Amino acid sequence: MSDAISKTGRWIDLANPTRFLSFAGAVLPWLGGLTLLVLAVGFWMSINVPDDYQQGSTVQIMFIHVPFAWLSMMCYTIMSIAALGTLVWRHPLADVSAKAAAPIGAVFTALALITGSLWGKPMWGTWWVWDARLTSVFVLFLMYLGIIALTRAMDDPAKSAKTTSILTLVGFINIPIIKFSVDWWNTLHQPASVLRMGGSTLDPSYLRPLLVMAIGFTLLFFTLHMMAMRNEIWRRRVVAMRRVAARNAERGPAKQQEVR
Amino acid sequence: MMGHAGFVLASYGAAIIVLAALIGWILIDQRIQRQALQELESRGIRRRSETKMDNPS
Repeated sequence: MSDAISKTGRWIDLANPTRFLSFAGAVLPWLGGLTLLVLAVGFWMSINVPDDYQQGSTVQIMFIHVPFAWLSMMCYTIMSIAALGTLVWRHPLADVSAKAAAPIGAVFTALALITGSLWGKPMWGTWWVWDARLTSVFVLFLMYLGIIALTRAMDDPAKSAKTTSILTLVGFINIPIIKFSVDWWNTLHQPASVLRMGGSTLDPSYLRPLLVMAIGFTLLFFTLHMMAMRNEIWRRRVVAMRRVAARNAERGPAKQQEVR
Repeated sequence: MMGHAGFVLASYGAAIIVLAALIGWILIDQRIQRQALQELESRGIRRRSETKMDNPS
């Protein structure tokens, strides 16, 4: 019991930005190394799969397209949880987390759209259709861009945090729409084949590289997110320190000239 | 089915280029913030909440 308490205590400690910085400094080299290793193995497995009897070599696009699409939704979910953290506990690190995640999520969503398009052309005969799945993912991409713009529109992070959090939470409605769009509407996009009731419909020779790639890209996401969070904490410290410097300079004009 | 190799290469190529750009951007940002912090610290500026110095790097 006391063990559990001290353990939670340690996790809460991470919410302290300084503690987070030292934690990130210790964890990032290992996380980065592990990411490279898993992605290298996943890539090697992906290029060595046999051609699909219907899709030929284009089945290899699946090994990057599906992880990108998963991560585009996972990243938004993380941002929504962070938005709750901002609104309920008003914790500054929650805002740092959401702000740092947005560009990474936008990149993964863009890649899901690009690789999907490159898969759609040879398999469906079209680069793009305005159907439910594709349109809802495109809306997700636009929402990422809106959130990125909003987090950078105001100088004071305390002001933008609340507005951005509300926008993020309102936009979360899109995530179940994306997930179930293939079941609710007629669409060119195939329904879920990995995470579904009754087990995966994928052959193990395709499922294994897909899972390794998914783990690899998820590790990549967490590595990049942690790096971007650390950058954001540093950025806010620089702003705070510049403010202190400006105040000191105002108080002692003689000293300011000396510095110049 | 060799005709589709171009689509596979284009997808992997696009993923590598875009991810490299993202990683590059984060690394450049990291360098800018580190340098700014070091420059401010060398001028002896401390945050209000900072009683003892913790090294940023």
